[in-house]
Amino acid sequence: MSASAAATPNEGAETVWAETTPWYDRVPRAISMLFLAAVFFGLWEMVTRLEIVSPIILPTPGETLRDIVLVGRNLIAGEYMLAALWITIKEVIYGFALAMLIGFSLGILVGETGFGERAVMPYLVAIDTMPKVAFAPLFIAWLGFDIASKVALAAFIATFPIVVGTAAGLHAADANARMLFKTMGASRWQTLFKMKLPSGLPQIFTGLKIASVGVMAGAITGEFLGGGRGFGELIRVASTQLNTPRVFSLIIYLSIVGMSLFGLVVWIQRRFVFWHKDRVVGGDL
Amino acid sequence: MPSATAAAPLSTPETAGNVVYALSNVGKTYARNAVVALEGINLTLRRGSFSAVIGSSGCGKSTLLKIMAGLIPPSSGRVILQGKPVTGARRDIGMMFQQATLFPWRTTLENIVLPIEIRDGRDAAKAAHGRARDLLDLVGLKGFESNYPSELSGGMAQRAAICRMLITEPAVLLLDEPFSALDELTRDFMNMELQRICTSRDATAFLVTHSIQEAVILSDVVYVMRPRPGRIAEVVEIDLPRPRTLDMITTPKFGTLVERIRSRLDKEAFK
Ligand SMILES: Nc1ncnc2c1ncn2[C@@H]1O[C@H](COP(=O)(O)OP(=O)(O)O)[C@@H](O)[C@H]1O
Ligand SMILES: [Mg+2]
Repeated sequence: MSASAAATPNEGAETVWAETTPWYDRVPRAISMLFLAAVFFGLWEMVTRLEIVSPIILPTPGETLRDIVLVGRNLIAGEYMLAALWITIKEVIYGFALAMLIGFSLGILVGETGFGERAVMPYLVAIDTMPKVAFAPLFIAWLGFDIASKVALAAFIATFPIVVGTAAGLHAADANARMLFKTMGASRWQTLFKMKLPSGLPQIFTGLKIASVGVMAGAITGEFLGGGRGFGELIRVASTQLNTPRVFSLIIYLSIVGMSLFGLVVWIQRRFVFWHKDRVVGGDL
Repeated sequence: MPSATAAAPLSTPETAGNVVYALSNVGKTYARNAVVALEGINLTLRRGSFSAVIGSSGCGKSTLLKIMAGLIPPSSGRVILQGKPVTGARRDIGMMFQQATLFPWRTTLENIVLPIEIRDGRDAAKAAHGRARDLLDLVGLKGFESNYPSELSGGMAQRAAICRMLITEPAVLLLDEPFSALDELTRDFMNMELQRICTSRDATAFLVTHSIQEAVILSDVVYVMRPRPGRIAEVVEIDLPRPRTLDMITTPKFGTLVERIRSRLDKEAFK
């Protein structure tokens, strides 16, 4: 380094190229993110300090932070909030599992059979275009106020992206790969499990990522409308008491759960679909 | 000329053993768009021979190959492979395409034994690892057994595809422009490799190409096709001595053969 710096321009074999990337694109990711967070909290602090909006509607960052610590303590101590969170997590897990079961089955039916594609798919598309949360009262009427109705709504919302992802994945298989499997004398099941499903995994995981977001929304909506003892109920109660810091901090903890589920799906994708690189985490959402 | 090789004598017992493929009057019209892709194709492939079909793109070469492989039915005519009519996909065929079509979730070795795994199950595939290694050795890919396809260059991937094609010891190799995505140097090299492999295993091969030079250097017979509808315009016997080497390309005889095929292709293209 110092040698080339000492060399005169004429002697130097290495010429220094002009930097073409602008400086703001060269800032490390962590610093860029911290910067955005600082701007966000700064604006928030300003808006509340100057009382541009009423403190009842928007608490100060400080208040919110204090409440986040408070809720965190309650969760760590294993008090009532942890029980509530656990109920919501159970709804999300059961809902996701159910959505995968139904989603993969329907996805294979639609992707593999002419009957599925021609007869089943149009109905699925029709249902998918409906506002699915509007079905919540029905699920509550059918399944009661316990977690079953929330699981059902969560699964209902999360099923469609999995169906679409699976069917798209099965259709994505390369024409040469199909011919190859034919000449190898592969059975339908062999073709499905050894070729079509693996080569469709990128699309399937895209569906699973969308589903992992939807399942959370479904569970919380179910709790808002159907009561129970989950985290959604805590949020509802806090908001009726105009305890906005609490609402904010509960949402933060919920989003940690949501991000963990999403992160789990991404992690599994990285491990099993190692040959296919997403450029941004969830960038294909 | 093509009609002289028509199917008539093929069913006789004397010739039957020596003939791997016999196509008589094969035609194909795609129902979807009523395109007449092939018309009146007659050809026979002798055991151990190397034949090439050459023609401009869209003249029905891939269609012909798919019909021969039993992947799509002909609209007319008959295809007989090893004495039995082709009525569907057949396991005594090995195929290769322009793309290597290796599966990225499998290592090179796992890709090569895939046909065995499909046919005889996982245990048989495991047992075939030794043979797969021998094949890798044959094509110069020793040491790449546990690499994934993404770690192979285009030429290396095609070599792995050759191994996968050979692992089941098929009676005939159907090659659809297997090296046309490779650079010219690699391609010449791969052609010589292909010749060596075919000779050493006494394989019957049928190559689709649009390179005249490639067709001439490899083949005993070159079928020149003309488009719309795809027909065989001329059958050119290549009587260059074997083994063929790349320096034959500069010999007058090679030049004459190339010129003959080129002028035929030109004539058909502007007709
Ligand atoms: N599946 C198909 N359906 C309809 N037309 C096709 C199909 N496959 C090929 N064709 C048509 O048949 C003709 C021959 O195609 P192809 O056999 O692929 O030619 P080549 O391999 O010589 O380039 C082309 O005109 C093509 O458009
Ligand atoms: Mg083609």
